[in-house]
Amino acid sequence: MLRFAVAGLAANKVRSALTMLGVLIGVASVILLLAVGNGSSVAVKESITSLGTNSLTVSSAASRGSATAAKKLTVEDAKALASATDAPSIKSVAPVVTTSGTALYGNVSYQPGQIVGTYPAYFETSNLKVDRGDYFSADDVLNSRKVAVLGSTTARELFAAEDPVGKKITIGGTPFTVVGVLRTKGSTGFNDPDDVVIAPLPTVQNAFTGFGSVNQILVQASSADATTEAQSDITRILMGTHAVKDAAKADFRISNQTSLLSARESTTKTFTVLLGAVAAISLLVGGIGITNIMLVTVTERTKEIGIRKALGAPRAVILGQFLAESTLLSVIGAGLGVLAGVVGSHFSVVGIEPVVIPESVLGAFGIAVAIGLFFGSYPANRAASLRPIDALRHE
Amino acid sequence: MRTAKPPVIQIRRVTKSYGHGDAVVHALRGPLTGGGEPLGVDLDIAEGDYVAVMGSSGSGKSTLMNILGCLDVPTSGRYLLDGTDVGHLDEGQLALVRNRKIGFVFQSFNLVPRTTALAQVELPLAYAGVRAAERRRRAMAALGLVGLADRAGHKPNQLSGGQQQRVAVARALVTAPAMLLADEPTGNLDSRSTGEVLGIIDGLNARGRTVVVITHEDEVALHAKRVVRLVDGAIVSDVRQAPVDGPPPAPAAAAGVVA
Ligand SMILES: Nc1ncnc2c1ncn2[C@@H]1O[C@H](COP(=O)(O)OP(=O)(O)OP(=O)(O)O)[C@@H](O)[C@H]1O
Ligand SMILES: [Mg+2]
Repeated sequence: MLRFAVAGLAANKVRSALTMLGVLIGVASVILLLAVGNGSSVAVKESITSLGTNSLTVSSAASRGSATAAKKLTVEDAKALASATDAPSIKSVAPVVTTSGTALYGNVSYQPGQIVGTYPAYFETSNLKVDRGDYFSADDVLNSRKVAVLGSTTARELFAAEDPVGKKITIGGTPFTVVGVLRTKGSTGFNDPDDVVIAPLPTVQNAFTGFGSVNQILVQASSADATTEAQSDITRILMGTHAVKDAAKADFRISNQTSLLSARESTTKTFTVLLGAVAAISLLVGGIGITNIMLVTVTERTKEIGIRKALGAPRAVILGQFLAESTLLSVIGAGLGVLAGVVGSHFSVVGIEPVVIPESVLGAFGIAVAIGLFFGSYPANRAASLRPIDALRHE
Repeated sequence: MRTAKPPVIQIRRVTKSYGHGDAVVHALRGPLTGGGEPLGVDLDIAEGDYVAVMGSSGSGKSTLMNILGCLDVPTSGRYLLDGTDVGHLDEGQLALVRNRKIGFVFQSFNLVPRTTALAQVELPLAYAGVRAAERRRRAMAALGLVGLADRAGHKPNQLSGGQQQRVAVARALVTAPAMLLADEPTGNLDSRSTGEVLGIIDGLNARGRTVVVITHEDEVALHAKRVVRLVDGAIVSDVRQAPVDGPPPAPAAAAGVVA
């Protein structure tokens, strides 16, 4: 029967190939589009964990409608948070200032994405690990030592293959000794988290920003579950230091990375569902292509069906032959589609690394084969139930 | 008429008409009543008989044959094959009857396109569930019988009209059916091939098979034991030339043709 089916398909190679192409595109697009959607949500998930799930960012907010300028965040605020005895949910605190400047090493000049001045707690809270060398210490902060930890991108730009640890670089006229290089985090979006220089807070304030306000205060909660508690503790303490009575008029904002990113994750889910729907439609169109081709084939071979029936072919044989053909079309088409989808997902699409969902491969293949059977059965049934004489008279 | 065996074929008041209203064509109608209503065709064919059906073009010969071969259903009337009403059989049983009991040679050959002569002849055996090796052996034997053993690998478009007709004959007799229905099996053959094919059919009849042949040629009709003539869908004459249980009258007839 399979041999008959192959012969039947081979009799019209171009047509069979085009039909298969329809199924192939359907299956491949299901696999590929779902992989792209999945890939983007995997990337979001990764960035959530890499940010540290229990970190909170406090930034100053210009209070709208208030005549007096909002009180900026200061190192004192950070100290108040760190030294609060009645806030067990706060594990560590790191005030952050950011600036920009050009770094020089020998005659290499490079402008890193960000220059960060902070406390050592920053590394843990932001989930940053050193690859070579070490972090700077609390002692370095106290003594305003001119030391720096480089992100991997910055290190590569300035030092190429050289080991940066122990070397001296100059940023904005201030010499810094490189004490460590961070492990590559990888880009999660538009900016490169590896393109940074991190130095002790007072050093950066002294050299660049001055001892005024800080940009952010990074707070690490004692656990992921304690973030809500930490958030209310922070609010309470800072309302005290800023002398704000009404929580609605707070001149600072606390953002929780996790909630931010889970919002982004749900967007990517919608995105995946949309992509999947588009792909499913193309799979359906492929299925209709099979019906169409099988109808044409049946019509074209009506006379042959009549001859076979006159020779005593049972209904099941005729049915089986056409079903075998349509199933073969869809199996081969779907098989090639799986191949194309899996191969295609090795290339990144618009910056997203596709991650194939195994269920989508099985599902798309199964659905395509089922479609072949389902859509093939209508023409096959029509062929099998023809009366021999009517089939024979068919022109 | 002997009553030892019931006839294999019994047709009772069968009519076949195409179209509706004014455009209706009565392809098979039998005698008319006084009011012009068709009464339908009655025909009995005994086992082992050899019937030639003659008549002008359009007289309903093929229509009758298609009904006998269970390929078409009559508009009205009953068809009893071996005592069973064919109208009561379902699809599967009909397929079985077509496959096991009847060998059909079409007026227009009706070979399966793009299929070799050998595969054509193997088809009915395949549907009967005969195993490949056996199938091949019997198909080759049947092709040998019609003198086409050397054309086994040819496809219909590589065969002459007469060769195609002989493949069709080989296909009809390969299953050794109890009934051979042939619609002008010699229409495209020269007199020598005609003689060969008729020889095969005579041989089958001599071994007890029932044969119905449609023909326009008198020399073919001479081979039959009985000649039925159709005019406008009705039987106008039914002449017995030889007894049912005797041998086919071929040798004498053949001699007559040569003379
Ligand atoms: N499918 C059909 N639709 C309409 N009319 C038909 C159909 N088949 C046959 N007829 C008509 O029925 C009549 C008998 O046709 P049939 O084929 O039985 O003739 P025939 O005796 O076999 O002729 P021939 O010797 O030319 O083969 C013809 O008038 C024909 O036009
Ligand atoms: Mg005819």
